[in-house]
Amino acid sequence: MTLALAQLQQTIPQAEDYIRILPELILSLFGILVMVLDPLVDEEKSQKSLGVIGFIGTLAALASTWYMAKFPGLAFSNTIRIDTFSVFFHFLVIAIAAVVILSSFEYMAVQKIRAGEYYALILFGVVGMSLMSSAIELVLIFIGLEISSISTYILAGFRRNEASSSESSLKYFLLGSFATAFFLYGVALMFGATGSTNIDVISQRLQSGPVGLLVFTAMALMFVGLGFKVAIAPFHVWTPDVYEGAPAPVVGFMSTAPKAAAFAVLLRVVFEINAPGRFWFLWVAAALSMTLGNVAALVQSNVKRLLAYSSIAHAGYLLVAFAMTSPENSLTGISAAMFYTAAYAAMNVGAFAVVSHLANAGERYVNLEDYEGLGRSSPLLAATLTVFLLSLIGIPMTGGFFAKFYVFSAALRANLIWLTIIGVLNSAIGAYYYLRIIVVMYMRESRKQVPVSPVSPGLGLALAVSIVATLYLGILPNRVLQVAQHSAETLIPPRFSPAGVAQTTHSTPDSQ
Amino acid sequence: MNFLDRNILTLVTFAPLAGALLLAFFPRRDRDIRIFSFVVSLLAFGLSLHLPVHFHRNLVGFQFEIDKPWVSSPNIHYHMAIDGISLWLVVLTTFLTPLCVLISWKSVHDRVKEFFILLLILETALIGVFTSLDLFLFYFFWEATLIPMALLIGVFGHERKVYAAVKFFMYTMIASVFMLAAILWLYAHTGSFDFVYIRDHIGSVSAFPAASLWLFLGFFIAFAVKVPLFPFHTWLPDAHVEAPTAGSVLLAGVLLKMGTYGMLRFNLGLFPEQSRQNASWIMILALIGIIYGALVAMVQPNMKKLIAYSSVSHLGFVVLGIFSFTQSGLNGAMFVMLAHGISTGGLFMLAGILHERRHTYEISAFGGLASPMPVYAASYLFIVLASVGLPLLNGFVGEFLVLNGAFQARPIYGILGATGVIWSACYLLWMFQRVFYGKVTHPVNNGIADMLGFEKAAVWPCAVAALVMGVAPILWLAAIDPAVQATLNSLPQMVSKVVGQ
Repeated sequence: MTLALAQLQQTIPQAEDYIRILPELILSLFGILVMVLDPLVDEEKSQKSLGVIGFIGTLAALASTWYMAKFPGLAFSNTIRIDTFSVFFHFLVIAIAAVVILSSFEYMAVQKIRAGEYYALILFGVVGMSLMSSAIELVLIFIGLEISSISTYILAGFRRNEASSSESSLKYFLLGSFATAFFLYGVALMFGATGSTNIDVISQRLQSGPVGLLVFTAMALMFVGLGFKVAIAPFHVWTPDVYEGAPAPVVGFMSTAPKAAAFAVLLRVVFEINAPGRFWFLWVAAALSMTLGNVAALVQSNVKRLLAYSSIAHAGYLLVAFAMTSPENSLTGISAAMFYTAAYAAMNVGAFAVVSHLANAGERYVNLEDYEGLGRSSPLLAATLTVFLLSLIGIPMTGGFFAKFYVFSAALRANLIWLTIIGVLNSAIGAYYYLRIIVVMYMRESRKQVPVSPVSPGLGLALAVSIVATLYLGILPNRVLQVAQHSAETLIPPRFSPAGVAQTTHSTPDSQ
Repeated sequence: MNFLDRNILTLVTFAPLAGALLLAFFPRRDRDIRIFSFVVSLLAFGLSLHLPVHFHRNLVGFQFEIDKPWVSSPNIHYHMAIDGISLWLVVLTTFLTPLCVLISWKSVHDRVKEFFILLLILETALIGVFTSLDLFLFYFFWEATLIPMALLIGVFGHERKVYAAVKFFMYTMIASVFMLAAILWLYAHTGSFDFVYIRDHIGSVSAFPAASLWLFLGFFIAFAVKVPLFPFHTWLPDAHVEAPTAGSVLLAGVLLKMGTYGMLRFNLGLFPEQSRQNASWIMILALIGIIYGALVAMVQPNMKKLIAYSSVSHLGFVVLGIFSFTQSGLNGAMFVMLAHGISTGGLFMLAGILHERRHTYEISAFGGLASPMPVYAASYLFIVLASVGLPLLNGFVGEFLVLNGAFQARPIYGILGATGVIWSACYLLWMFQRVFYGKVTHPVNNGIADMLGFEKAAVWPCAVAALVMGVAPILWLAAIDPAVQATLNSLPQMVSKVVGQ
């Protein structure tokens, strides 16, 4: 009787289960609200008022994440786990969405895009990304991945009248669905090999038995799918075209939030499953992404394309933190990777907010020469962009510096000397093309008339938030790093703990 | 220790930055901005005078120490302190900055606010480099000097300013990532960024002997590019020629010293074994720098480029002195650093004054200037003689000590180095003769104005300092000597070995 009751309680969702998906619920509600209100509000005012509702939705979601953090544990038949790790990524992706919504008000008005569903799509996308970070069931992860991807496919095509935007959307859609299919196929093979799609169970099964070829194939397929989402070489080819065509604030969004979520999944897959045979794959992908991204960025004249290649390079730096094998190195690797995602999000969202402001109607001004003389014509905006670029270079006092610093010191501790050397050399190369933008802004006189409208309050707030976050991570990185370290501990399964190791060594003589 | 002693380094370091922040909110009234910057830089100088006044000259080790945890993981401390080596470099920085403000009074008239903000930020970063004892903090300030300097060159410079700024930035940036990699290695294996801790515990790290050569080179390449040591010097002439006068003064006066300071503090301090083993080729590079720099300086048609190459030559003396591992050589190296900062700073200011009037640095555009500008010519001669190394002026003391040290290490090094002194007399005096003596060659130079009040106020302090340093070097050496002695004591076997050769 009591047993049946306990079983029943496990299958019927409890109140706490709902708290553990509270941010997702709130975001969906607000998304639906935006959709419902969209036909009712005036066409002219729709941008602003719906955007404000979306923004309030993200704030409510942030508050509910904070509430959710007090209820760590499993939910919905062990498909969702709320721990420091998932709370960290919830905060990150929702905050990115909030800043992007803020910076979109003005952009949407300038581009004359009717924007009701735009804000709804951002909110729905964030639902998917949040789910990806808390799900420990591969099928649920796949669903989250699809929710987030489908929203971003549509968002990429939002400059309806521009051919390049439609091209971007279509390219992203075709290649993206191809990649998610890889991921799904990997999940299926993993189920075939281990009999489960639950990450915890898979991890235990792989630990106890021999690892067959099927598992390696499954892992490789899942890497391909996720590698596409985070745009690491050699799965990066779509990035520049898609980023060039998509609306600038959307690029700011999709180069950070879905990537952060996909990196969260990758962290779970790599470290929680303790994926076998991953070292060289990650090593090569990291070295390739850093080098290809930086070298290709050197010759770009379109700022959006330049930042697209830079994002590939940054995914490469981030991947360096994944190439850890021993448990204690894994801990530093995970926390470094998490810190990097946060720092990258802050600086990149900020940089794209400036780019989308300068782009003006029809995104006419996105080339390097349009930035000439910006240091004189709008000094504050130029200084803001400079801070983000310096952070992308990795200059001290900015989040980008500590991010690179943690990643490379984790790599050195794991004795990955060559990967570190490739990394630091790449960051020196990278300095050149970011510097080019700064040089153009401050050291060249403008040759043509580029209109720069005054910064609206919404965008001003977005920029202020990004700049404060970038500098905060660069001057007082302690707090965020501690959270990252704490989450790293929850991510590594207990078999890694010294007690677990002692147990296995103890049991071997017995079995013999 | 009273409050001031405990916090003086923080105050000196961040006073200019605070000034820069205030300046950012200033209305764009150029005159007020100039006066305010001057007051701030004078205040920093005044504060820094607390250091030599209250410095205990007979104590070995670091003084005015402040050590507070900044970031817990990685274990980064806000650790600042000075010894006899860094003491005078801090004072040199704070001494030159007000003069830079003065010399830029008229010459900078576009984007005045940005210029002085950058200048003050640069001062903070430079002082930070010399005061920080935490390797992380050191790297932090080291990189932080890069941006204001590159912007000063790139925004306020002359014709090819962008090329020079980017070249300067990329050279130093690429070189310093090697240092970063070495710092990260040290942290990964000792768990600390603290200079003193690493120095005392690095010996017990098992992987250290195998890696020490690479670590030494990682630090060395960053410093060698900054010095600049031959063959890494090519960024220097470009940067100097294109930089505004104040930029050149700080570049030659202080920025180059970051490299030699780094060698003295970190290469010798952390890797004494490797420093000894690599000393011979480094000294040869230094000698090449001395002679090559001087020969190239001789044939320069451009006054500023000539002074820039003379820096390559003079900094060669510093490196030669450091890697001679003798008491005299190290004392001399320190003294040349200070003397070069004063006299080359003065030379760049004087060149800037001429550029202000004629908008060219070409030596052939002048001639016979002594008659229209007598005060200027006299000031110029004084500084040139200081730079040449005339006894009783500052250049002589340092070069004598370095050559003495080099001679002890290996006589041929001393002999070759001594030719550098002759060369410097050749190119500087020849340049002086072409510019000032004889009849006025270009009629336009007849009406050229002599030095103005603020220009005198900028140049004459350098001349006074050069004289005092030449007459009473003991005022400086009393603090330098014990610190140098302490550095040498950490490598006892080395002294005997090099001297014994």
